[in-house]
Amino acid sequence: MADKELLVREKQELQTDAEQTRPGVVFTPAVDIFESDKEISVLADMPGVASDGVTIDLHNDELKITGEVDPQGSENETYLLREYESGRFHRHFSLSDRIDQNKISASMKDGVLRLVLPKVEKAKPRKIEVTSA
Amino acid sequence: MAVVRWKPGLFGWHRDPFSEMDRLRREMNSLLGTFTGRRGVAPTAGVFPALNVSDDESNLYVRAELPGVAPEDIEITTKENNLIIKGERKIAAEGEKVSYHRREREAGTFRRIISLPSRVDANKVTAVSRNGVLTITLPKAAEAKPRQIKVKT
Repeated sequence: MADKELLVREKQELQTDAEQTRPGVVFTPAVDIFESDKEISVLADMPGVASDGVTIDLHNDELKITGEVDPQGSENETYLLREYESGRFHRHFSLSDRIDQNKISASMKDGVLRLVLPKVEKAKPRKIEVTSA
Repeated sequence: MAVVRWKPGLFGWHRDPFSEMDRLRREMNSLLGTFTGRRGVAPTAGVFPALNVSDDESNLYVRAELPGVAPEDIEITTKENNLIIKGERKIAAEGEKVSYHRREREAGTFRRIISLPSRVDANKVTAVSRNGVLTITLPKAAEAKPRQIKVKT
């Protein structure tokens, strides 16, 4: 894995069916979603988003993540090269398992959101014994 | 879109005519981009990370979005008029007990070199990584800074 070189990937602009009421571009963050027996975890790349800029909304198994960014640089600067744009992030998912809303935890580090969504007890897998008749 | 302040005169006193023409062309392109929906983002050089370079009167700024890259894993070198950004993005394994629904984030190494558009004071270069955005501030060398010359009577 260490030998692999990273390639440029263009930031994906959000294709939304809802009308935007605020100016600016919205991007969809790249995510990793994985689950264990106990919880579902989401890792999302949201560069420029501080921990107080993240909004997480879980409603009817629909998870929405929004990240607000501060503009990079000041207004006095003139662009000489511009290969990427910055803008806020938004993505939503539907979750199949029941999530214990009170135990959700989220943290931001170096522009990566880590969201841990613990499953409720009854959604955890049970081993079913097969008995021979 | 960046709002660029009106500069005195078409061929302002602090730029040579050719770089001014370049700037004009860039701004026309970015303006046309707003109509076609591309908003003036240049095609990338195909090398990670994508960079934004800007300047004001005293500094050059080079910015890159490097989410999940720890500051200690970034190495910045200046050599003559070149800036080299190297590093590695590490993604820790989550253990064998998890199964993935989605895996879009990638780990790996990167190396990029760009030639700087003006001379810089290599001893005073600073770099800050904040919330996954790297900002390198390169103070312009004294001879590259705009100077106003008083006309004596």
